[in-house]
Amino acid sequence: MTDIDSFRSDTRAWLEVNCPADMRTPMRSEADYCWGGRNWSFQSDAQKQWLEGMAERGWTVPDWPRDYGGGGLSADETRVLKEEMARIGARPPLISFGISMLGPALLKFGTEEQKKHYLTQIARGEIRWCQGYSEPGAGSDLAGLQTKAEDKGDHWLVNGQKVWTSYADKADWIFCLTRTSAESKQGGISFLLFDMETPGVSTKPILLISGNSPFCETFFDDVKVPREQVVGEVNKGWDVAKYLLGHEREMISGMGLGGGGSLGAAMKPADPLLRAEIAAFDVDAFAFAAMSERFIAMWKAGEAHPASPSMMKYAGTELNKRRNELVMAAGGSDALEWDSERSKHGKAPRDWLRSKGNSIEGGTSEVQLNIVAKHILRLPGA
Amino acid sequence: MTMLLTDDQKMLQETAATFLAEEGSIAKQLRHWRDTDCFDGFGHALWAQFGELGLNGIAIPESHGGLELGATEAALVLEEIGRNLTPSPFLTSAVVAARAIEGTAHGERWYPGILSGEAVLALAVDEGPRHAPEQTALAAKRQGNGFVLNGHKQFAVQAASADMIVTAARTGGAPGERDGITLFAVPKDAAAVENVHLADSSRAARLAFDNVELDADAVIGEVDGGWAPLSRALHAGQAGAAAELVGVAAGASAMTFDYLRTRQQFGKLIGEFQALQHRAAHLYGEIEIARAAALKAAILLDSGDERAELYVSVAKAKAAEVASLAVREGVQLHGGIGMTDEHDIGLYMKREAVLGELFGDLYYHRNRVAELSGY
Repeated sequence: MTDIDSFRSDTRAWLEVNCPADMRTPMRSEADYCWGGRNWSFQSDAQKQWLEGMAERGWTVPDWPRDYGGGGLSADETRVLKEEMARIGARPPLISFGISMLGPALLKFGTEEQKKHYLTQIARGEIRWCQGYSEPGAGSDLAGLQTKAEDKGDHWLVNGQKVWTSYADKADWIFCLTRTSAESKQGGISFLLFDMETPGVSTKPILLISGNSPFCETFFDDVKVPREQVVGEVNKGWDVAKYLLGHEREMISGMGLGGGGSLGAAMKPADPLLRAEIAAFDVDAFAFAAMSERFIAMWKAGEAHPASPSMMKYAGTELNKRRNELVMAAGGSDALEWDSERSKHGKAPRDWLRSKGNSIEGGTSEVQLNIVAKHILRLPGA
Repeated sequence: MTMLLTDDQKMLQETAATFLAEEGSIAKQLRHWRDTDCFDGFGHALWAQFGELGLNGIAIPESHGGLELGATEAALVLEEIGRNLTPSPFLTSAVVAARAIEGTAHGERWYPGILSGEAVLALAVDEGPRHAPEQTALAAKRQGNGFVLNGHKQFAVQAASADMIVTAARTGGAPGERDGITLFAVPKDAAAVENVHLADSSRAARLAFDNVELDADAVIGEVDGGWAPLSRALHAGQAGAAAELVGVAAGASAMTFDYLRTRQQFGKLIGEFQALQHRAAHLYGEIEIARAAALKAAILLDSGDERAELYVSVAKAKAAEVASLAVREGVQLHGGIGMTDEHDIGLYMKREAVLGELFGDLYYHRNRVAELSGY
């Protein structure tokens, strides 16, 4: 038996014993996610047991180094773990912006001390993070941000406002882009980390067209941030921000997969014209699934263009919007029910409306196309 | 099984890319044979060069002197063929027909000719203007020790130039049924042939079978059991055509992106206009996705995966959709020059139309995806 085969059989045996039955059912909605954090109340004992068991082995972040709370697994072992989890339908033990966004940036830009401190907390699901990027005047033109961090010797004094901060009202800490110099647009930004309970931080949820409030406005009024809580060099935060956005786009692009199966098989459209539209969608979705598989393999092997997450983000989010349009069409008037039990509290229309944000958040589709035109196609003046 | 190419595959890709860019270029091949009104629509010397390079052995077993590689390697060569619009018998002879005769006496008979590039083989399956292999009606009735064939075929690529035509006929059942189809190796000159010139200057024959008598040993595989080798050949052809379409899209878009970088209007390079940049960037992404789908289909065919048939249809539909977008954007963004025969971009549009139709168009394959997904 090769090493990878024995890893697979050991993993299968461990999962069999340690993954609770309740954690092997599909997640019905975001309400079933385990986000972790200081104030997290577990949905069930099974959810708690599953997170703790996986965190113990470092398998919430299997490919991070063991020193930082990870599993220290190779790429092949990580793949096998994912396959074995998929085989039994295991839910992810922890979903967090710490894992998908901040973690990779800290691994690349953090000091040894920062990695040891923050990454281990992320791996164990102890701190829930939010992302302070967009501002009222800095959306697509993110580098135009104005939230100011003044150098006060032993601390930074932060003043300003962020918007579209996902779950800021539920997060423990924020990773935040701030302006530390007015001399250069992109070269005057620093990447700060701070506690959301610091005096002067306040949040206000934003009600979306979906009727839900996953985002907030976040206000900073003379917030004191200890000097050492900056990631990377002062005024070089844009490099960290861009790197992190690449991971965010990679993550958002995965939404186009919509579970991976055939939409037509789930919807069984009776109308021949709708069937034809859904078949056209299924072709695109299956093709995009192949693209995702290839993109991830190329990204890990260092063969992908650095701007290719923009192409994936654009294609994946546009596909997800189309998917939701077709779900609404196939559902007819059933899909219009907003809050009945029958409709799972309006899952279809709320998901449909929420999906419209996919091609806006993390950089609009138009910004992604600009990036592809400039960095991949090298078109003039782009 | 990974979506990354192996070092051997990358070497093959590079060999094919260099060879086809040099020897298979539009000026040397497509325009040359078109403008001299060549009977075959392709050059035999180039076909022999394919043989010398070993490319023709990709689908042929090692025991018969081939390379015994797979749909993945064929796809790499076909993408380069598509990029250069190189007319050649590679897809129909070395991929489709070679797969149809696999494991039969006809394989032994024809492999040497395919390998050297001396033989040309064809496939005759369609009987109407739209691909519908189950609808095969060409009648093959038993007579003495053999069969007598009556009926017709169309869109049989390069069949007028072929030494042998793999022909689907009906020995049992009724049109619409998969059982009762038999494949025959029909020799040159057995059927009446009309060599038809298509829009892209390639040739596809209409064949008339009027009491054509064949020996029993003309049967490829089992009598009434032709569906298995026919689907094997068609899947290889569909995956191959998808890869060639990706090459057509890539070639047309490269030409178009270059034009955006060099053409000036209103005192600017037209590639500076965001309206055009976004169309170019969208097209780029779609081609990447089509390439991944074609690669996935080939990999699944090579590993005998049960999802192979689904992904072959996904790949053919997606590649046809994207190549069509690429040539439409190509002609439009070139403006007036794109409408001229002198410019090559229009040649891509014509090739896309023929490849898009071959072995089932976009609508045929979307429908297959729906059927195979259970709706």
